[in-house]
Amino acid sequence: MLVKIVLTLIVIMGALNLAGFLTWVERKQSAVIQDRIGANRARIFGLRLLGLFHPLADMIKLIMKEDFTPRLGHKTLHMLAPFISVFFALIAFAAIPIGDHLMLWGHPVSLQVSNMNVGLLYIFAVMSMGVYGVFLAGFSSNNNYSFLGGLRASSQMISYEITMGVSLIGIIMIYGSLNLQDLVQAQGHYWLSWIPQWGIFVQPVGFLLFMTAAMAETKRAPFDLPEGESEIIGYFVEYSGMKFGMFMLSDFLETVLAAALLATLFFGGWQIPYLFSDGFHFPWGGVWLIPQTGVALLGVLSFSLKIIFFCWFLMMVRWTLPRFRYDQLMRLGWKMMLPLALMNILVTGLIMVLLKEFIL
Amino acid sequence: MENDAAIGAYEYTCYRINNGFVKGIHLVNRKELTFLERIYIFEAFKGILITSTHFFKNIFLHTAHLLGFLKGQSAAVTIQYPDEKREYAPRLRTRHRLVQREDGSPRCVACMLCETVCPAKCIYIIAGEDPDPNIEKVAKKFDIDLGKCVYCGFCVEVCPEDAIRMDTQIMDIAAYSREEMLLDMDELLHPGSRKNG
Ligand code: SF4
Ligand code: SF4
Repeated sequence: MLVKIVLTLIVIMGALNLAGFLTWVERKQSAVIQDRIGANRARIFGLRLLGLFHPLADMIKLIMKEDFTPRLGHKTLHMLAPFISVFFALIAFAAIPIGDHLMLWGHPVSLQVSNMNVGLLYIFAVMSMGVYGVFLAGFSSNNNYSFLGGLRASSQMISYEITMGVSLIGIIMIYGSLNLQDLVQAQGHYWLSWIPQWGIFVQPVGFLLFMTAAMAETKRAPFDLPEGESEIIGYFVEYSGMKFGMFMLSDFLETVLAAALLATLFFGGWQIPYLFSDGFHFPWGGVWLIPQTGVALLGVLSFSLKIIFFCWFLMMVRWTLPRFRYDQLMRLGWKMMLPLALMNILVTGLIMVLLKEFIL
Repeated sequence: MENDAAIGAYEYTCYRINNGFVKGIHLVNRKELTFLERIYIFEAFKGILITSTHFFKNIFLHTAHLLGFLKGQSAAVTIQYPDEKREYAPRLRTRHRLVQREDGSPRCVACMLCETVCPAKCIYIIAGEDPDPNIEKVAKKFDIDLGKCVYCGFCVEVCPEDAIRMDTQIMDIAAYSREEMLLDMDELLHPGSRKNG
């Protein structure tokens, strides 16, 4: 029990800190891409540390700012909306396995906050609840623009949720489980004992579709029409101070979540190629034994690195591609990605049947 | 598409232009996108390739600078503004100053031309009598409100005595209040002497 609480704290703190850290990464990465230097003014005792204190300064600023509620807005809902957004983005992490079993005082401890057998469904359910935060924010502000922004955001999120779910059915069919820990374990097998059976090799189309849909789900460029801070008015115009900050935070949390899901479902989760429960067994013959604790910790490390890589990659996409128009966005979602995802299921099923009939 | 009246009209215009009905208009024929370009994925990856080339090149250079190598090659074009300043052209209209005579008195003879011409009405002059009998008047007070000034330079052009110039190369007019943006005669004679001015 105590171990679980500690694990929960580690996961929550990890996700929140990574999300806060991403605000810094976003500034610095965009700066480096565009040949600039980026935010570097905040300092403590003359220490600048590449501007690492900026997230801290931002937070202090946001907390100190006036917290404004529109006069005719719905006070309770207006208050509730940002919390709903952050809450549902945060509890989705419960189902994500951050590592294999860790032996503690002779007991195996699963490195997953909650090992539920419908983990994937749970994550989808929780992610779609996030729409409520967005929509309530638009609705409760008593502002036509934020209302329209909320409608825009919810229609986008609902559209892309369908593609997101459907694009994963191929993975579920192949590995035959909804439990994320099982899915990760299944990705630890090898073809010809060389190629790891990672989701990206099994379902390349599913990967592309899921990545695109997940990007749209996080409401960040090139799909940032719901927000469009600078020119289109988004659902959180009437928010100020830390409540606005919480919407921003939930965006970054969702980015971390998308990265974690991509790593879990398509890049072997905590698996490291050729690392088995007792150490490395290389296909070219070498064996390097590692104690079980070391293996589990290496798994956590590899999972964290994968998440960080995907955060970097999603950021890269965000600073490369221009924003879609709204009709393009809807066309992409309904007319291209959804049929492709359905086709993907069909082709996957066909190949599975053929493999069963003729090879096995 | 054929039924769309707007597109029909557009095509008719193009037809007229292409067939020489309309002279002097250069029509750009947009290239049709190929199939590979239209499915966007490869183009998106090309774009990411460009941005990541910049990213890795600059990260490499930043790291090299930290370790003390490759100082000649800069990794960013940023000018860290308050610390470093860009060279301004000498003719750039920057903050005003009042020119002094050799004995240190201001050249201004309070003719009020600049106050009259100023489109922003931000020069306030109070004239007084000059002790020198050859000179009629002198400015007792000469204030410029930078919060209103539009940096048009008319005051410089109109001055018959070349008493006011805009060549201090001071660009920033940041202040905590509107009052601090008002430059008095002392500040104008010795630009940059006031702390917040
Ligand atoms: S620059 Fe133009 S606006 Fe400014 S003080 Fe001179 S005349 Fe007035
Ligand atoms: S135009 Fe020249 S001389 Fe006349 S009041 Fe202005 S600064 Fe003085």
